[in-house]
Amino acid sequence: MERVAIIGASMTQFGQREAWIRELLAEAGQACLDDAGVEGSDIEQLYVSNMASGEFEGQTGIPNAVAHDLNALPAYTARIDQTSSSGGAGVYGAWQSVASGVSDLTLLIGGEKMTHRSTAEATDVIASLTHPAEYKHGLTLPSFAGLTARRYLHVHDAPRESLGKVAVKNHKNGVDNPHAQFQKEVDLETVMESPIIADPLRLYDFCPITDGSAALMFCPESVASEYTDDYVTISGIGGATDTHVVHERMDPTVMGGVVESGELAYEMAGIGPDDIDVAELHDMFTILEFLQSEGLGFFEKGEGWKAIEEGITDRDGELPINTSGGLKSKGHPLGASGVAQVYEIYQQLMGTAGPRQVEAETGLACNVGGFGNCVITTIMEAAQ
Amino acid sequence: MSENPPMEAARYPDGSILYPSHPVGPDGNEPIETVDLSEYTAEVITWTSSTATPPGVRQPNHIAIVEFDVEGEPVRAIGQLTTGDVEIGQQVEPVYVEELREPGAGIREPASQTWDGYRFEPV
Repeated sequence: MERVAIIGASMTQFGQREAWIRELLAEAGQACLDDAGVEGSDIEQLYVSNMASGEFEGQTGIPNAVAHDLNALPAYTARIDQTSSSGGAGVYGAWQSVASGVSDLTLLIGGEKMTHRSTAEATDVIASLTHPAEYKHGLTLPSFAGLTARRYLHVHDAPRESLGKVAVKNHKNGVDNPHAQFQKEVDLETVMESPIIADPLRLYDFCPITDGSAALMFCPESVASEYTDDYVTISGIGGATDTHVVHERMDPTVMGGVVESGELAYEMAGIGPDDIDVAELHDMFTILEFLQSEGLGFFEKGEGWKAIEEGITDRDGELPINTSGGLKSKGHPLGASGVAQVYEIYQQLMGTAGPRQVEAETGLACNVGGFGNCVITTIMEAAQ
Repeated sequence: MSENPPMEAARYPDGSILYPSHPVGPDGNEPIETVDLSEYTAEVITWTSSTATPPGVRQPNHIAIVEFDVEGEPVRAIGQLTTGDVEIGQQVEPVYVEELREPGAGIREPASQTWDGYRFEPV
């Protein structure tokens, strides 16, 4: 199996954009081609991570459209949809294409255009991933988060403020990310007094609705030096699924897909949780940062909330989590998020994260689809 | 006997009971019989009141994950509550509702699924 390198990366401004999905994807794609120093016509495979361009915008067939827009014809192309983890699944697909020896140069672009829809409409498009037995009761992803957060706080005797501190930390990190949707700090009092969205969770416990795109360029490590002296490698990657019907999980505070995908990624990389220097977790809701940090073995079950209280996950802590600002501050354009997580780890390992820079040789990104229904965990290392 | 449709779960050869039913159970086998959960009470595992509801859904939408005890076999279910005045550990019973949300108001094709079901009411 070929060892896979990432030799270029880009992301657009996240937030409310005038551009539509094709333009967003092309913007990130062209920037990634420029960053890697390759032409569109050099691309052998092109993957597009996107959850719902047809439902949001009425634009389907985007892989071919973007291949044409980037002059990447006749590259093989496909859209990868795994709901909120479409980006991570795209990383997995692009990695497979190179690791298998099928492609020597693969471009991955993830993107979503959402903000032209009302919050209710966007919520419903995302909730359409639910089982009919859930959908007819009006279940949404935020309501799953509220159900889980209440159970977590109850079982682990954790203070409600600990969830609020996740929002405070990630907003603080987002201030130094020029691509982030929100580049402003919030204080705990603001978080705790914001409107209830899914009791006990409030407005600032949730990520925003976002437009944006991000891209990565993959090649075999054996030829990476032909493009650049500096690159990162994917040393481990794992994908896993959990029940479609969320309530069937006997412990609502455990995401099995996180645990399984993490174990697969650690095994492939030949390392463990203690070897991770920096991580991007899927904080679509503040409670998810606790569930993932425990599921990935950073902290014992039920102890994730203590890490935020002790500052361990701060940017200057022992294990910085979401230095980008996370989905919470950076924004969550569904198909782009998993790609943008890897973009942040790439920047950290390359030493190009600017004011967000932390000391790191090994990083991890965990991208969650649905409410833990599908999960991709990716481990990366700086090139030696 | 109730005239309402059953709150239908499926029992599998390994003894497990799932709601909703799936083509195959945890042991990989097809279900052997149905179980009407509307005849049982359940315990609230967790609950929430959602205020940011999608089109066609009441606001606020009170929801709970509950656990039935069917002759010693735990069976989890999710559904709307009749009230937001509830606590973890409280006992609830299923109450039939003809239309849980407005079909066609959201993105899901109305004919693709049923829209009636059971809310949970504190006992």
